Amino acid sequence: MSAAANGAMLAVEDVTTAYGAIVALRGVSLTVGHGEIVTLIGANGAGKSTLMMTICGSPAPREGRVVLEGRDITGWPTHLIMRQGLAHAPEGRRIFPRMTVLENLRMGAEVLNGAHFDQDLEKVCALFPRLKERLGQRGGTLSGGEQQMLAIARALMSRPRLLLLDEPSLGLAPMVVRQIFAAIRDLNRETGLTVLLVEQNAYHALRLAHRGYVLVNGRITMTGTGAELLARPEVRAAYLEGGRA
Amino acid sequence: MSGAAPRGMAAIVRDAGLAALIALGVGAPLLGLRTEPVGRGLTLIPRPGLLLSVVAAVFVGRILVGLFMAQRALRRRVISPAPRAMLAPPGFRSWLGRAAGPAMLAFALLLPFMPGIGRYEIDLGTLVLTYVMLGWGLNIVVGLAGLLDLGYVAFYAVGAYSYALLAKHLEIGFWAALPLTGLCSAVWGIILGFPVLRLRGDYLAIVTLAFGEIIRIVLLNWVGLTGGPNGMSGIPRPSFFGLPFSMAGGEGTFAGFFGLEPSPLHRIIFLYYLILALALVTNFVTIRLRRHPIGRAWEALREDEVASRALGLSVVAVKLTAFATGALFGGFAGAFFATRQGFISPESFTFIESALILAIVVLGGMGSQIGVATAAVVMIGGFELFRDLEQFRMLVFGLAMVAIMVWRPRGLVSSREPSVALGARKMVGAEHVAEGRG
Ligand SMILES: Nc1ncnc2c1ncn2[C@@H]1O[C@H](COP(=O)(O)OP(=O)(O)OP(=O)(O)O)[C@@H](O)[C@H]1O
Ligand SMILES: [Mg+2]
Repeated sequence: MSAAANGAMLAVEDVTTAYGAIVALRGVSLTVGHGEIVTLIGANGAGKSTLMMTICGSPAPREGRVVLEGRDITGWPTHLIMRQGLAHAPEGRRIFPRMTVLENLRMGAEVLNGAHFDQDLEKVCALFPRLKERLGQRGGTLSGGEQQMLAIARALMSRPRLLLLDEPSLGLAPMVVRQIFAAIRDLNRETGLTVLLVEQNAYHALRLAHRGYVLVNGRITMTGTGAELLARPEVRAAYLEGGRA
Repeated sequence: MSGAAPRGMAAIVRDAGLAALIALGVGAPLLGLRTEPVGRGLTLIPRPGLLLSVVAAVFVGRILVGLFMAQRALRRRVISPAPRAMLAPPGFRSWLGRAAGPAMLAFALLLPFMPGIGRYEIDLGTLVLTYVMLGWGLNIVVGLAGLLDLGYVAFYAVGAYSYALLAKHLEIGFWAALPLTGLCSAVWGIILGFPVLRLRGDYLAIVTLAFGEIIRIVLLNWVGLTGGPNGMSGIPRPSFFGLPFSMAGGEGTFAGFFGLEPSPLHRIIFLYYLILALALVTNFVTIRLRRHPIGRAWEALREDEVASRALGLSVVAVKLTAFATGALFGGFAGAFFATRQGFISPESFTFIESALILAIVVLGGMGSQIGVATAAVVMIGGFELFRDLEQFRMLVFGLAMVAIMVWRPRGLVSSREPSVALGARKMVGAEHVAEGRG
C-alpha cells in the first residue's frame, strides 16, 4: 500500500470519516496517479463530497491516512493542506456572490500571495472566454454555468497540481456540461493537471476519466478504467439507467 | 417627473393620503393627547396643532418619496433595454456617489468656522463623529467580515477605562496612552474571538452580547479599580501636543503660545478635530485594508466560509484579525470619549450603545463607508432633533428604521466598490445585486 502511496499523486488509505455518530466513509482507499483523471461516482449521500473534504482536512479522518505526493497530510489544518498544490472546487460552486469575477479569481490566487496573477488570469480567461467578458461583474449575477466556470477558474488560480472537482455539472444544460468537461480534458492533456472528479453524470464522467471508483454507502465497491466501468451491468443499472443524460 | 405625472401622480397622492390617515390614527392617541397630573388624577389635554402638523408632514413627505421613487423607476425603465451584461450607465447616481465623500469631508473640516456655529453645534458634531468612528470600527467586523457583534460597546468601554487608568495612575499623556488603549482593546478583541471562532450568525450574536454585558458588569463591580457605579472622574483632558487649554492664558498654554484670547471654545474645537482625525484614520485604514489580502479575506469569509477555507485561508486568523482591528478602533474611540468627558461610568456602556452602533452600520448599508457616516449623521442628528419629543423619539426611530429596511433592504448605500480592478475601472452590476433581497 505504501508503495502505491509513494508513487501516486494522491493516496487515500483506509479512511474512515464520521460526523458525530454518522459514519460517512468506512475504510475507503483510492489512488490518483500523476496526470490522471479519476472519477468517483455514487448515489446521493454515498459520501463523495465527504471524501473530497476529508482529503482537504475538514473534517479530518477518524482513521486512515491521506498522502499527497508522498507526504502524509493526515490531520493537517485545512489552510495548510490547501497550500500544497491541491485545489478544491467545492460542491455547489460557492463563489463569492458580492465580489466581482476578478476579485473571486484574486481570492483563488491568495495562496500564491498574488505572484504571477496577471499571467494566470490570462490563462483562465483563454480557457473560459465567457469569464473574460465579465471580469467586473458580481459573481452572484453570473448564470449557473458561468458560476461553475468561475469556480473552476478560481481553483486553477492557485496553480494546483491536483484539482478536486465536486459535481461541476450540477444544474447545467448539457451543452455547458460538454464545454466544462472539454475544458477539464484540455487542461489535463495540455498541462498534465491531475483531476479527481466527483460526478452524478456518470456517463460523461466515465467517458472522460482514465479510471473510476464507485462509492456505495461510504465504501468503494468497484474500480476500473472508465470503459470497464461503463460496460459493467451493475454500473449501467444503478447509474446509467434511463439514458445517457 | 412630469413624464410620470398623469397616472402616477394620482396614485402617489392616494398613497400619501393613506399614510397620513395611518399617521392620524397612530398619532391621535400618542401625540394628540397629553396627560397632565391634576390633583390626584390625570386629565387629558388635546394637542390638535401638533397632531395636524405631524400628519401634514407625513403627507408631504410621502408625496416627495413617491415622486422620488417614480422618477427612479422611470430612469430604470429607460436603462433596462440596454444590454444587461456590463456597464451600468455612469449617470447622476454615480456622480453623486463620487462627490458625496469629498463634500461631507469638506463640510466636516469647515464646520467649526461656519457662521452660526456655536459651542452646541460643535459638541453635537463631535458626538456624531464619535459614532461615525464607532460605526466604521464595527463595520470592519460586521460589514466586512460578516461577524454579527452585539457587544461592540465592550471595546469602547475597555478603551475608555484603560485610558482613564493609564492617565490617572501612571500619568501617561493622551498621545502616549492612545496606542496602549488601542492595543488593550485589540487584545480583548482576540480574547473574545477565540471562544466564538466556531460560532456563526445568531449564536455568535448571543455570545458577543453576553461578552459586552460581562465587561460592563465587571466594570460595575470591580470597585477598587474602576470606582464601580460611581465611575472615574478627573480624567486628564488632552493637551495640544503638550500645551494645555487653560482659561488663565499665559506662557505655557495653548492660547498663550498662539497669542490668542483664552476661550473655552479652543478645547471644544480641538476635540472636534481630534475625533475627526481619529475617524479619518479609521476610514483610511479600512479602505487600505480592503485592497489588502487581509481585507479581501474578511470579505471572502463573509461571503462563504467553506469556500474561503477551500482557498487556503486560515479562518482562525481571518476572524481574529477582524475582531482585533474592529476592537482597536473601538478602543481609540473609547479613549477619546474618556478624555472628552473627563468622567466615565459603566452607564455609558450599556447594550443600547452596541445596538445603536449596529443600527448605524446596518442602516448605512453594511460595508459602505459613506453609508455608515450618513447613517450616523441621520441617527445621532435625528436623536438631537427629536429631543423635545422625549418619549416619542424611540418610536420615531423605530419607525424610521422599519421604513429604511423596507425601502432599502440593503441599507442607505448599497453598492459595493470592487477592491480589485483592472486598469480602466468598469462600474458594473451593482444595480442588479443592490436591490435583491437576501
Ligand atoms: N456536516 C454534516 N453533518 C452530518 N452529516 C453529514 C454532514 N455532511 C454530510 N453528512 C452525511 O454524510 C453522508 C455523506 O454525505 P456526502 O455529502 O458526502 O454525500 P455525497 O455522496 O456527496 O452526496 P451528493 O451526491 O448528494 O452530493 C450523508 O448521509 C450525509 O447526510
Ligand atoms: Mg456531494
